[in-house]
Amino acid sequence: MLRIAVLVKPVPDTASGGERLGPDLRLDRQAVPAVVNANDEYALEAALKLVEAHGGEVTLVSMAASAGAETLRKGLAMGAQRGVLVSDPTLAGSCTLSTVRVLAATLREVEFDLLLAGADTSDGGGGVVGPGVAALLGLPYLSYAAKIEPDPEARTVRVRRISPTGFDVIEAPLPALVVCTQALGEPRYPSLKGIMAARTKEVVTKSLADVGVSPDDAGGAVATTKVLDASKPAARAATRVVRDPAPAAAKQLVAFLAERKVV
Amino acid sequence: MTPAETPISYRLTQEQELLRDAVRTLADDRIAPRAAEIDRTAEFPWDIKELLASQDVLGLPFPVEYGGVGGELLTVCLAVEQISRACATSGLILAVQELGALPILLAGTDDQKARWLPDLAAGRTLIAFALTESEAGSDAAAARTRARRDGDDYVIDGAKRFISQGSVADLVTVFAVTDEAAERHARLSCFVVETKSPGFKVERLEHKMGIRGSPTAELSFTKLRVPAGNRIGEEGDGFRIAMRTLDRSRPAIAAQAVGIAQGALEVAARYAAERKQFGKPIGQLQMIAGMLADMDAQTEAARQLLYKACVEIDAGSSQAGRWSAMCKLVAGDTAMRVTTDAVQVLGGYGYIDEFPVERMMRDAKITQLYEGTQQIQRLVIARSLLRRV
Repeated sequence: MLRIAVLVKPVPDTASGGERLGPDLRLDRQAVPAVVNANDEYALEAALKLVEAHGGEVTLVSMAASAGAETLRKGLAMGAQRGVLVSDPTLAGSCTLSTVRVLAATLREVEFDLLLAGADTSDGGGGVVGPGVAALLGLPYLSYAAKIEPDPEARTVRVRRISPTGFDVIEAPLPALVVCTQALGEPRYPSLKGIMAARTKEVVTKSLADVGVSPDDAGGAVATTKVLDASKPAARAATRVVRDPAPAAAKQLVAFLAERKVV
Repeated sequence: MTPAETPISYRLTQEQELLRDAVRTLADDRIAPRAAEIDRTAEFPWDIKELLASQDVLGLPFPVEYGGVGGELLTVCLAVEQISRACATSGLILAVQELGALPILLAGTDDQKARWLPDLAAGRTLIAFALTESEAGSDAAAARTRARRDGDDYVIDGAKRFISQGSVADLVTVFAVTDEAAERHARLSCFVVETKSPGFKVERLEHKMGIRGSPTAELSFTKLRVPAGNRIGEEGDGFRIAMRTLDRSRPAIAAQAVGIAQGALEVAARYAAERKQFGKPIGQLQMIAGMLADMDAQTEAARQLLYKACVEIDAGSSQAGRWSAMCKLVAGDTAMRVTTDAVQVLGGYGYIDEFPVERMMRDAKITQLYEGTQQIQRLVIARSLLRRV
């Protein structure tokens, strides 16, 4: 029996192609529909497989705008049992440290044996929320997991960690935080019954006060980082797009590469 | 609808939108990449059947108490539409599962439902619908396959033709004559036949123009024994059960047609936006733009008629036959026209198999033929109209 909490973040759907920055140079989260951050879906898939094997349940934990509750439904449709969403107008424009404090405070009220997080998010991309939460909660931190083997009896977890030279096998006592990678396996599609069931599952929405964090410690007003400027990456050199059907296109590609002595 | 009834929303419910979008994602990611190969090999896509089963899509037409999802007719059609938008053969897997099971759903006893529906809802078994014979197509009441009572069994002899998925099904609902002397519409009875029964044989598979991955079988029954408990409804109810089944199943074929049209429209629009001739995308040439606009408007019109028909049929409309015939007629003709125009928009590229529109055009044709030809739909509509004069 494993109780697993998974950190998930609603992020702008990059497939929509309509992402844009607001006047404060931060992402305009109203501009495009939100989806569950892709790396978090891998973490959730890993969690679901673990509870299928060991029994138990999965709780989603998120800090987001109030519309985030709907995004969490996708995770509930995939098979998580419940969601906890911290949403508070004060939190708009939060820095990473604020986010870490809020999530850590929230997790103090959630019972879990394992805490899973994605490697990073497609919007911010800092990749430090997972380790930050582990640090604040005093949890063992196991990074870049390609395989997660918990032993609920012995209260330990063993992780195959991707390293520059191959793999490390590391072990820690439970509860522990594991940062997941895509090597854990493709996220499942929600089944139709899962989608129906998700409509009646609980998403508890909490305010900053509910999780016991002072506005002096979290939120846009006390952000430790500031966006000074934003610019587009330098344009790539002229691109030639070949759109002809396969055999003709292949010939053009080969000719192009041959011209440059690549092949 | 009487004025006293609470008006229902004219939009899809949030639940229907969620289910539709989930099936669309599945179709885009997992089914569309297989469509060309399914067509080329003309092999039944067992992997897609497993996918639809594991995601509960095959459970849509079945009540929750039998392990299904309990979707309304409209929800089933939304799913058939989205799958068919990617692959008409794959869309037919769901449509035929519903078609074959409808006699049980509409006229089966609680025991019969408990016996067959859970496996069908889970997609562990497949079911086909066997009404048509070589000499009894549009004139279904002229069927010659016979079922003779023998103690606690019936003994079935005869043959059925053009049976979708007849060679891959575990069960077939077979319509056979139990009373030769009865009046035309009281001759037939309906039986659930297990295809592993001795005397059941797949004689051959047809080589078809479209929906090539969906096996269309000629079935023969030789002294095939079926327990009387497998008879659906009373003796002589068969024709009535078949017609009630078709009232509810034709919308799924209309949904297949709308899906095919939508798929072709999207390919054509994308192509027209990218393909340049005379220095600009061909979509900016007015003759192409006009074709695309007509294709879009016609597809949307067919879709809206289908959705309305589903809601009316589910609400128990006394004109279910008319609604189902109209939506199949309009959607089938639209699919044929839109796919033909899609090939035209793509020009030479539309005629070769590097683009999917030639497949879609071949697939569209069947929607004008099966579950009643367009001519039969017109007869049904006209009769209903004249009755009301």
